[in-house]
Amino acid sequence: MTAAEHRTIAALSPEEVAEIEAQLAQVPTPASATIEALRIVQHHRGWVSDQSVAAIARLLGTSPAAVDSVATFYNLIFREPVGRHVVMVCDSVSCYVMGCEKLTRTLASKLGVKVGQTTDDGRFTLLPIVCLGACDHAPAMMIDEDLILDAEPERLDEILGRYA
Amino acid sequence: MIARPLTERIEAAGGPVDLAAYERAGGYHAARTALTTMSPKEIQDVVKHANLRGRGGAGFPTGLKWSFVPVGDAATPGHKYLVCNADEMEPGTFKDRYLMEHDPHLLIEGMLIGAYAIQADRAVIFLRGEYHASARALARAIADAQLRGYIGTNIFGSGFSAAFEVHRSGGRYLCGEETALLNALESRRAQPRTKPPFPPVSGAWGRPTVVNNVETLCNVAAIVRHGADWYRSLGRGEDAGTKLFGVSGRVKRPGLWELPMGTPIREILEEHAGGMRDGYRLKGLLPGGASTDFLVEQHLDLPMEYGTIQQAGSRLGTGTMTVIDDSVCIVDLSRNLQHFFAQESCGFCTPCREGLPWLERLLVDLEAGHGQPGDIELLEHNAKLIGAPGNTFCLHATGAIEPLASALRYFRDEFEAHISARGCPQHATH
Repeated sequence: MTAAEHRTIAALSPEEVAEIEAQLAQVPTPASATIEALRIVQHHRGWVSDQSVAAIARLLGTSPAAVDSVATFYNLIFREPVGRHVVMVCDSVSCYVMGCEKLTRTLASKLGVKVGQTTDDGRFTLLPIVCLGACDHAPAMMIDEDLILDAEPERLDEILGRYA
Repeated sequence: MIARPLTERIEAAGGPVDLAAYERAGGYHAARTALTTMSPKEIQDVVKHANLRGRGGAGFPTGLKWSFVPVGDAATPGHKYLVCNADEMEPGTFKDRYLMEHDPHLLIEGMLIGAYAIQADRAVIFLRGEYHASARALARAIADAQLRGYIGTNIFGSGFSAAFEVHRSGGRYLCGEETALLNALESRRAQPRTKPPFPPVSGAWGRPTVVNNVETLCNVAAIVRHGADWYRSLGRGEDAGTKLFGVSGRVKRPGLWELPMGTPIREILEEHAGGMRDGYRLKGLLPGGASTDFLVEQHLDLPMEYGTIQQAGSRLGTGTMTVIDDSVCIVDLSRNLQHFFAQESCGFCTPCREGLPWLERLLVDLEAGHGQPGDIELLEHNAKLIGAPGNTFCLHATGAIEPLASALRYFRDEFEAHISARGCPQHATH
């Protein structure tokens, strides 16, 4: 291993490397752990940088382009920094019927961002998401790992207040 | 004999069912019987005779799918996979999440029996990335089942071993297509594969693989325990068993109920969902997700079963229906649906990648009052080209066109009014 290669792997923390290597033991080929590796890095850092993509590629014995072609395909892998909390509003059919567009407009206005943007204080990123499987409690949204049911616009101040 | 094999334990427990409660209700008896007294072929046969069909939308006979996997001398050395498709993402669908969060052992026992029936040593749950509560429930259940020796090596002293794991998806609707799901499982982009070979012959990492939906697998233990005749007797019409039927939209009591296959739409809407909310009228409904054709008033007395709904020009799909009320503009709803399908296209085939956004833009224009005479015919013509099976590699575009073509059929006057009124008459009056 050259010094440059070593530095690239060092861009991953020892914890990240250990977790990715544990995944490698579970799959037939190293590249088969690409999504798991991306999820691990995102879990630790909130998003996946170019440096992390290159380091994952090195660790899995594949190219950065191959890793990035996977990373950019999947909407839950973030290739740009996100806020401390990610707010995902369902925009699929049942939530559309129950008013998700008003919910999204209200959220965007309260946060002072457009969909896809992060608040200036780095607290929230607002994203659309497809059906969250909570259609009988539409409109639904998700903040970080919390599914929020019956997310009527009037409840937003209380809901957002839970996330510092 | 029980009438609701999917939800009776959840109702009895009044919430999530843990291993102790699952065992008290006779849990893992069916798996023990299957692994210690039945051959894989016998299990395939009982599931075939039970007429269990896939609950993920396609309705393929489960026992038949299992029988395509080479077993015994026909099998080549190496892993075989039973993959549970838990990538619930069909808009309007909220049934698999309920089962995984409330009775995860029911799924694990079904998978164990299914894995034995095809002699698979790997059982993988491909779970939607957003389903965090399901991931926690499944991780706990797998650990508990492992401790009791219900999964792992030499299960029940039978000599059969199956390792269970959960793969959490990185997102994308296409992962629900079974060969795209296998590519995602291998950490590739979730683009569908050429068929044949079909997954039972060559699936995950080129090894024989069966992909079954969550709800499908949750039926298996009860079929083994109570028999094929019992299971068939649960259905009210031509299909066997029960089904989780759901209703969302402006009804009085949106929800999910386990009812006999063949329950009429009207009964689900009125008796279970309580009918329309006051002040709203039913305009139409999507019977089983965003990719199923609209049904309207004239269809309400039809039983929810595969053949009948297909004859009516739609599909049973996932059986969770979205009700469209008279406050909803069909043109703008169609725009919302095409936005979803355009966004979720994997981009491999031109008609789907380029055609679906084009349809979305035309619908945006219609809604905004920029429609011109001839636009409806243009929509219809292109819908045919984009949606015809065979013009694209998988059925994503075909599914996208189902709600659009049927909207044009049943609500054509609304589309025409957008052109003649130079905008949305409904939004103008609001």
